[in-house]
Amino acid sequence: MTAVETPRASSTAVPARPSVGRAFTALLWRDVFVTGREFVPFLLQVVLQPVFLLFVFGKVLVELGFTSSAYADVLLPGVVSLAAFLTALQNTAFPLVIDFSFTKEIEDRLLAPLPTALVAVEKVVFATMRALVAAAVMFPIGLWVLGSLPVTWSDVPVLVFFLVLGSLVGAAIGMTLGTFVKPNRINVVFAVVLTPLLFTGSTQFPWPALDQLRWFQVVCALNPLTYVSEALRAQMAPQVPHLSLTVCALALTGFLVVFGVLSLVGFRRRALD
Amino acid sequence: MEVTDLVKRYPGRPVDAVAGVSFTVERGEVFGLLGPNGAGKTTTIGVLTTRVLPTGGTARVAGVDVAADPVTARSRLSVVPQRSNLDRSLTARQNLVFHAAYHGMGRAERNRRADELLDRLGLGDRGGDKVDDYSGGMAQRLLIARALMHAPQVVFLDEPSTGLDPQARLFVWERVRELRDSGVTVVITTHDMDEAAALADRVGIMDHGRLLALDTPAALTRSLPGSATLDVDVERAPGDSDEAVLAALAALPQAERVEPVADAAGLRARLYLSTDAAGTVGPVSEVLTARGARLTGVRIGEPSLEDVFLSLTGRELR
Repeated sequence: MTAVETPRASSTAVPARPSVGRAFTALLWRDVFVTGREFVPFLLQVVLQPVFLLFVFGKVLVELGFTSSAYADVLLPGVVSLAAFLTALQNTAFPLVIDFSFTKEIEDRLLAPLPTALVAVEKVVFATMRALVAAAVMFPIGLWVLGSLPVTWSDVPVLVFFLVLGSLVGAAIGMTLGTFVKPNRINVVFAVVLTPLLFTGSTQFPWPALDQLRWFQVVCALNPLTYVSEALRAQMAPQVPHLSLTVCALALTGFLVVFGVLSLVGFRRRALD
Repeated sequence: MEVTDLVKRYPGRPVDAVAGVSFTVERGEVFGLLGPNGAGKTTTIGVLTTRVLPTGGTARVAGVDVAADPVTARSRLSVVPQRSNLDRSLTARQNLVFHAAYHGMGRAERNRRADELLDRLGLGDRGGDKVDDYSGGMAQRLLIARALMHAPQVVFLDEPSTGLDPQARLFVWERVRELRDSGVTVVITTHDMDEAAALADRVGIMDHGRLLALDTPAALTRSLPGSATLDVDVERAPGDSDEAVLAALAALPQAERVEPVADAAGLRARLYLSTDAAGTVGPVSEVLTARGARLTGVRIGEPSLEDVFLSLTGRELR
């Protein structure tokens, strides 16, 4: 053998009990490292849709006189919520379908010395981090498109709390889809799931105002995105009718428990036979 | 490594994929696991590498019960898969460095080891390339390098030289022998009998979820009756017939069976023997001389691991 010391010699240096924390951090660092190198494509991917939404509904329709400028107050919190929620959802669903079914790249991580569930948790944490970046970027864009930003620094803790909670729910839903749906069906399922999520998440309207359209109000109440939008609206535009922060927090926690469990079950099913 | 009464039944399947397999592999041994497709070897390896949960029995790798403590087991074993599962968002060298980081290796140590292993596997100048640009042989070498990064005590190789050119194949074999020499236990699954015979200290042959045979390649081939062959070219006497000569050879006590070889120009007989082929040349020559025939050529065929494999698992397609 050449310069490399023999594995037997160096294996004595390996600790008897591997460090789960270090393994988890390394997995997360790998994802951050790769995203860091592809930051501009990542931004384009996550902000284009919300930007156009904001521009057409918050700016163009206002300028043309079809909506009032007050509508921007309704829209901006919704669009920020949408950016976070969908980014989180897509960043678990698609990579997992590709990893498990095609490239198998995830195998090296599944053989890392940490419990399988933590590999899943890392995916959710990382998707949430990406979602928070997407949401944060929406604020300067909102200022630029709409000309003003109804946020003060004192709003930040509440906004962060609900964006984190909403992103975790989005990531868990994405992982549930990515692990339960057959790979050859994922395109169909996405088309069927994403569009309704987009339009029933109370991003473009305040949920309490749906009183006159009762059935649609019920449908929207089933969409976790509704509670993110409503919470952000409560904080950023309190004059608009909105659900209370408590209701939003409870609803999102409930969704997180349900989809958190489902996603871990789905992940385990794919990772272990 | 110790496997005891291992059973795996997949939900909804009528039969066990692995039906009570037991074997041990010593430290520093190269162990070959052979079997037709669907024999249960992939499932067995899956259990040993913590990716398949056993239904019954126990499996210990490097002293760790894989079902009870998969996390520690993973730190002591590594897997070289048949198909590349390299991280395509990373360069070759980054693949090695991140793998070591997952296993808790410090920065300086993992950088040093990555460079050494790239050199040792002949990839020293290609470490900065994206793995998408790698050929099949290079990817295979990088997979081996990655598997060695965290200094495992047991390495599992799945079909290590399938699809490789002869040079790459010999290179991989050489690395496997180095691993054994340095005290690492190596488990190989393969369809390639030459590979198993060349590399493995012992071979286990599986079929239908069971271990049918387990021994050194030499002992397995010795144990197979009627698979040593002796081909003899005969120039028979003018009044004699081919059938009569074949019948006379078949009457030899050493011959289990005799048949003519169709593609020969003259008469060529193939004797299937229960004993050593070389020692049978004399008696054959005497029989022929007695009939006024002449022995003009001899070829000895030793039984191969493939003969053992086919005799145990049958010839039907899977």
